[in-house]
Amino acid sequence: MKIRFLIPLAVFLVMTAFLAIGLKLDPREVPSPLIGKEAPKFSLTDVMDASKAMSTYDLKGDAVLVNVWASWCVSCRQEHPILIDLAKRGEVTIYGINYKDTREEAQKWLRSYGNPYHSSAFDPNGHTGIDWGVYGVPETFVLDKQGVIRHKHTGPLTQAVIEDELLPIIRKLRGEP
Amino acid sequence: MMAEFGHFTLILALMMALIQGTLPLIGASRNIKSWMLSGLYAGRAQFLFLSLSFGSLICCFIQNDFSVLYVAEHSNSDLPLYYRIAATWGAHEGSMLLWATILAFWTLMVSSIQGSLSLDFHARVMGIMGLISLGMGLFVLLTSNPFTRLVPVPLDGHDLNPLLQDFGMTIHPPMLYMGYVGLSVVFSFAIAALLGNHLDSAWARWSRPWTLIAWIFLTFGITLGSWWAYYELGWGGWWFWDPVENASFMPWLVSTALLHSLAATEKRGAFKAWTVLLAIFAFSLSLLGTFLVRSGVLTSVHAFASDPTRGSFILVLLGLVVGGSLTIYALRAPKIREISEYALVSRESLLLVNNVLLVSAAASILLGTLYPLVLDALKLGKISVGAPYFTSVFAPLMAPVFLLAGVATLVGWREASLSKLLRQLRYLGPTCLILGIALTAVFWQVDDLKTLSGLTMGIWLVATSLLSLWNRIRLRKRFVEGLLAQSTSFLGMTTAHIGIAVFLIGVVISNGYSQESVVRLAIGDSTDLAGYTFTFRGIEDVVGPNYKAKEATFTVTRGSSEEAVLRTEKRIYKVQRNNMTEAAISPGLTRDLYVALGDPIDQQTWSVRVYYKPFVRLIWLGGLIMMAGGFLSVIDKRYRLSHLIRSVSKTQTLQSPPRHS
Repeated sequence: MKIRFLIPLAVFLVMTAFLAIGLKLDPREVPSPLIGKEAPKFSLTDVMDASKAMSTYDLKGDAVLVNVWASWCVSCRQEHPILIDLAKRGEVTIYGINYKDTREEAQKWLRSYGNPYHSSAFDPNGHTGIDWGVYGVPETFVLDKQGVIRHKHTGPLTQAVIEDELLPIIRKLRGEP
Repeated sequence: MMAEFGHFTLILALMMALIQGTLPLIGASRNIKSWMLSGLYAGRAQFLFLSLSFGSLICCFIQNDFSVLYVAEHSNSDLPLYYRIAATWGAHEGSMLLWATILAFWTLMVSSIQGSLSLDFHARVMGIMGLISLGMGLFVLLTSNPFTRLVPVPLDGHDLNPLLQDFGMTIHPPMLYMGYVGLSVVFSFAIAALLGNHLDSAWARWSRPWTLIAWIFLTFGITLGSWWAYYELGWGGWWFWDPVENASFMPWLVSTALLHSLAATEKRGAFKAWTVLLAIFAFSLSLLGTFLVRSGVLTSVHAFASDPTRGSFILVLLGLVVGGSLTIYALRAPKIREISEYALVSRESLLLVNNVLLVSAAASILLGTLYPLVLDALKLGKISVGAPYFTSVFAPLMAPVFLLAGVATLVGWREASLSKLLRQLRYLGPTCLILGIALTAVFWQVDDLKTLSGLTMGIWLVATSLLSLWNRIRLRKRFVEGLLAQSTSFLGMTTAHIGIAVFLIGVVISNGYSQESVVRLAIGDSTDLAGYTFTFRGIEDVVGPNYKAKEATFTVTRGSSEEAVLRTEKRIYKVQRNNMTEAAISPGLTRDLYVALGDPIDQQTWSVRVYYKPFVRLIWLGGLIMMAGGFLSVIDKRYRLSHLIRSVSKTQTLQSPPRHS
């Protein structure tokens, strides 16, 4: 038997092994190492204004949401109206991290669909995203007054997630010193 | 009662699949005629029972039988009858039953068209299809039974997802499944041929029309899906490189490659082992697509509910079908004798290039789709792969396909002269380039290289395809006579290639020159976009069968002439409380005007998205032209039954068992 005819089978077996492992993993599962730790530091610029700096320092002082988004991400469009709604209600300040995007596309996107963010940090090469443990946009972090990550939601936000998951945490964090 | 009847017939169908998947295969290896024949009857019976089963599920929906869990979760008494019927395949359980039913339909077709296939070959094909049916039947029955009862019975159902309450979406799944599952036929032909050492040109000739039909459905299904995403999601986009979309696109690319390599196998006896492998790949990718969509290993905008038992079951099924077939391939393929010889410049070489490119494109999409999963499994972190990866990998792979598709038809089999080819193209090439530059310069910007190259490639593809047709027509005295003398399969190929060019031109122009703007408009206000004036005329309340809506009316004028009246809606569906935007589109060959109502800012003012999309229709028109090309090819005389019987009986080996009549 010639070896080369076995190659497709071998490739397939490797793929099956990965798929089998994949079944056990939940793509929305929260990896926990960052929770309870201070948000990884970054010092970037505002996506809307390249001359304006934005850093982890801006996130301190109040319990805030940090939403990681990109203009190429379809699920981000899905959650976008919900973020806009949330921003309108004024209950919590939303910051953004614009992940692996171009400034031009990101600005166009915010102009077209509305800008729910107080400001968005521009992270074109995704280094900050890596520090923050981002593996798939969109992701949303809840930070407390000291800038410590207290909660993380992976995947698009829904009305239910906001009402039942994020806002209760925010209200609780507001009560903390 | 209806649900129990459906459940019962589903079990009977499974029994039939068990017979169909075992007896004919054993019969073929031991030459027992009655066992071989049993598969044909079991296959037909399986179709009968599955249609009864599927029919009774439809009845449950029509009768609003909310004691059936699946109906209660996906329908509602206010849902219009048409959507109640379509809701049958609106979610997991029903769509898997549809999958199985369509497989049974293809089984029925294969069992009825025997032609000159030797009985043992036919029995093996039926046997392989029976085994696939058995696996799918067990899957439906054990993990996804749509007939499960619900106690206590709810007063009303939870309604169908509003996104799916749309004409395009009701026919998209059946069409796509016809394509997916249709590839099981050519897969079964390939495995049966491997098992029985029947890899000859007759096998290739039999496989081609089946592949073509599946490919036509697949093309139609994908085109419909893209069109649906365009008008229903309200974003104006037509392709998102979402895992679910990729899952349908990979089988399409591989089956396109398969069509081309089958041509070489049929005409020249070339690439036999490769063609068999492609047939296995094409169906395997269909199954893999089903796994990816149904198991929830990947997140996707399509966000289907995931269930680990279902995922494990499909993975085992995938392992058995693909692993089994690749094992048979590894054992049998070394015995295949490749008899053809061909020179470097020949149609065979170009078809090989086509195959390498299309399969690489499919592989790169597979890589991009599975990469996040692989990294995650190896604990190397989690990433997501988005459109930037796909476009940057896909475009360079497809560019040579566009450049060579038409040229390949000018090149003869076996050996062709490069200088003769270049002589034919020496004026055509520069003409296409000048035409491309001129058109880009006149209508758009000449320094826009993306549009320039895309447009030029499109023109080149059309020109080379037509040149090849002209070369053949001018062998006759009169044009019409020459045209009529062409085989429909040649005309089909030319049409399909032109379809790709139309698609390409649509993509580059609409990607390059679409304009969009989001504006706040009060009633009476207007906004300008791309030379059109959109005026907000008013808004009123509308009540639908299962939703309430605000309907905004816009008029679009250009200069002094009125172009269109557009009515876009913002709907709230009663049961699921979902907000849905119904975009209003004024379609046109050269431009689409697209208005989607956003959110209210106050009583009188709304945010409104307006789009101008030049030539976006060409994208789907290209898909339809490709389909038409496929259709022309499939009705070719060569594939008609009477012709197949004659031609195949000439090449048929003598020792095949006596034919069943």
